[in-house]
Amino acid sequence: MDNEKLQEKIVTLVPEAVQEENPQFLTLTVPPEKLKVFMSHMVEEKELDFDYLFCLSGVDWGEELGVVYHLTSTRHNHSVEIKVKTENRENPEFDTVSDLWKSADFFEREVWDLFGIRFKGHPDMRRIFLEESWVGYPMRKDYTDDVNIIEL
Amino acid sequence: MKEVVNLPVDSIEREEYHINMGPQHPSTHGVLRLVVTLQGEIVKKVQPHCGYIHRGIEKMCEKDTYQQIIHLTDRMDYLSAHINNHAVCLLVEGALQVEVPERVVYIRTILDELNRIASHQLWWSSFGMDLGGLTCFFYGLRDREKILDIFEESFGSRLLHSYYLPGGLMQDIHPNFQNRVKEFIKYNRRKIKDYDRLLSGNIIFLERSQGVGVMSKELAINYGVNGPSGRGSGWACDIRKKYPYAAYDKVEFNEVLRTEGDTYARYMVRMQEIRESMNIIEQLIDNIPEGDFSVKMKPIIKLPAGEYYQRVESARGELGVYCISDGNKTPFRMKFRTPSFVNLGVLDTISREMKIADLVAIGASLDLVIPDIDR
Repeated sequence: MDNEKLQEKIVTLVPEAVQEENPQFLTLTVPPEKLKVFMSHMVEEKELDFDYLFCLSGVDWGEELGVVYHLTSTRHNHSVEIKVKTENRENPEFDTVSDLWKSADFFEREVWDLFGIRFKGHPDMRRIFLEESWVGYPMRKDYTDDVNIIEL
Repeated sequence: MKEVVNLPVDSIEREEYHINMGPQHPSTHGVLRLVVTLQGEIVKKVQPHCGYIHRGIEKMCEKDTYQQIIHLTDRMDYLSAHINNHAVCLLVEGALQVEVPERVVYIRTILDELNRIASHQLWWSSFGMDLGGLTCFFYGLRDREKILDIFEESFGSRLLHSYYLPGGLMQDIHPNFQNRVKEFIKYNRRKIKDYDRLLSGNIIFLERSQGVGVMSKELAINYGVNGPSGRGSGWACDIRKKYPYAAYDKVEFNEVLRTEGDTYARYMVRMQEIRESMNIIEQLIDNIPEGDFSVKMKPIIKLPAGEYYQRVESARGELGVYCISDGNKTPFRMKFRTPSFVNLGVLDTISREMKIADLVAIGASLDLVIPDIDR
C-alpha cells in the first residue's frame, strides 16, 4: 500500500491521528490515551499488518517527552512512523506495546532507563543499562552531571 | 530427561537455583552477565544484565559534529566498523543530497563485504571454541588476519578504521589493494572448504547444534531478530536486497535463507554468507572506476532540520540510525538501532527447557557483540 492509501486507511480507524510532514515515512502523531487501541489496529488489521517493530526511540523535545515507533509490514512492505508525546515531565507514562511486539520489551526498558518514561503494563520495568540507584535520566536535555559530562 | 513430577518432594532436582554467567565468562564474548535460573541442568529462565560497557554514545553524539560521530560508531560493533561508518555517512549524504563518486561507492561496498567476512570468520572461530573445538579459533583468526593486513596497508588501522567520511573516504586505497584482495579471495575459497571439513560435518558439532534453540519465523519477526540469525529462520530480511544502498543493486548475489531456525541453520547461513560476500567482491574488484575518492564538503556539516532514518545491513543484522536535526552542527537526537541489542531479547525464549551447555551454543549462534548491545 502506498502512503496515501495507508494514511486514509489509518485515519478511518483512528480519526485522532495527526499527520506530520516527513519525506521518508508516513508520520502520525497519536494522543497517548489512544495509543493502545491504535497499535492494536496496526497489528490486527489485515490490510495493515504491521508485524515488525524495527525501532523504538525515546525523544526529549525540550517541552515534551515522547516515543517514536518505527513499524513495517514484512508482508506488504510498507512502513510508518508513529509518535506519541506528553507534556508531563514529572511522571510521563504510556501504555506498553511489548505484548504486541516482543522486541519492544528491551526498547521500552531502555527508554525508561535513559528518559524516565514509564510503560504501563510492561512485564519487567527495570533499568537496563544503569544501576537501579542511579539518580536522574541521562538522555533528557535538562540532565546535568558535573563529574561525568564535560562541557567544552 | 527425568520427569520432575516423579521425583520425591525433597529431591534436590526439584529445586530451582540461579547461576551467574558472566560478566567475565569466555562464552559471553564480553562483559555480558546472564542470570540463569536452573532446575538441575535445565534452563528455566535467562535474565540478561547489560550495561557493563555502556558509554552513552547516543548522549555523546548530541555534543559532537557529524565527522566526530563517525569515530564513535566504530566503537559500537567493533567487528563491523566499516559498516557502522557507512550508515552515518549515508545518512548525512542523503540529508544533504550529496552524490558521492562511483569510485567511493565501489570501494565502500568492497570494504563492507571484507569486513563482513572478517566478522563472520571471527564468529566462526569463537563459535567453534565455545563448542569445544579449539582448532577453529586458530584457523579462523589466522585467515582473518589477512583481511586486517589489507586494511592496515590501505588506511593504517586494523580494527577501528574510521575510514569513511561524509562525502567519501579519508584517503585513496593503496595501489596494492586490488591485487591483495584478489589473492585473499583465492586463498579464502580454499580455506572455507577446510572450515567445512573441520566443523560443518563434525558429528559432535551436529549433535550439539541441530534442533537446539529453535526459533520460528513468526518468533523472529516478533522479536525483531534479523540478520543471519533471522535468515536462519526463513525470514527474508536482508537490507542489501530490500532497500539497496551503495553498489548492491549492481551486483548479483543470493540472500541466504534456511528454514530450520535452529543453531545449525544460523551457522550454515553465516558460512554461506562468507561465500556470497566473496562473490560480491569478485564482481566489483576489477571494475573500480577511476576518479576522486571524496567530494568537497563544508568543514562544518549542518543537516537541514528534520528527521532522517538510514539502515544498512551490518554483519549482525539491521543497523538503523535515526537522527533528528534542528539545523545545528550537532544532531538534536541520534538513536542507533543496533542488531545485537535486539537479538539479545530472544535469548531467554529460545533457550528455555534446554540444557545449560546449549545456552552457550545458542548465545554464540546469535553472534552477540557486547559493545553493540550497550552502546
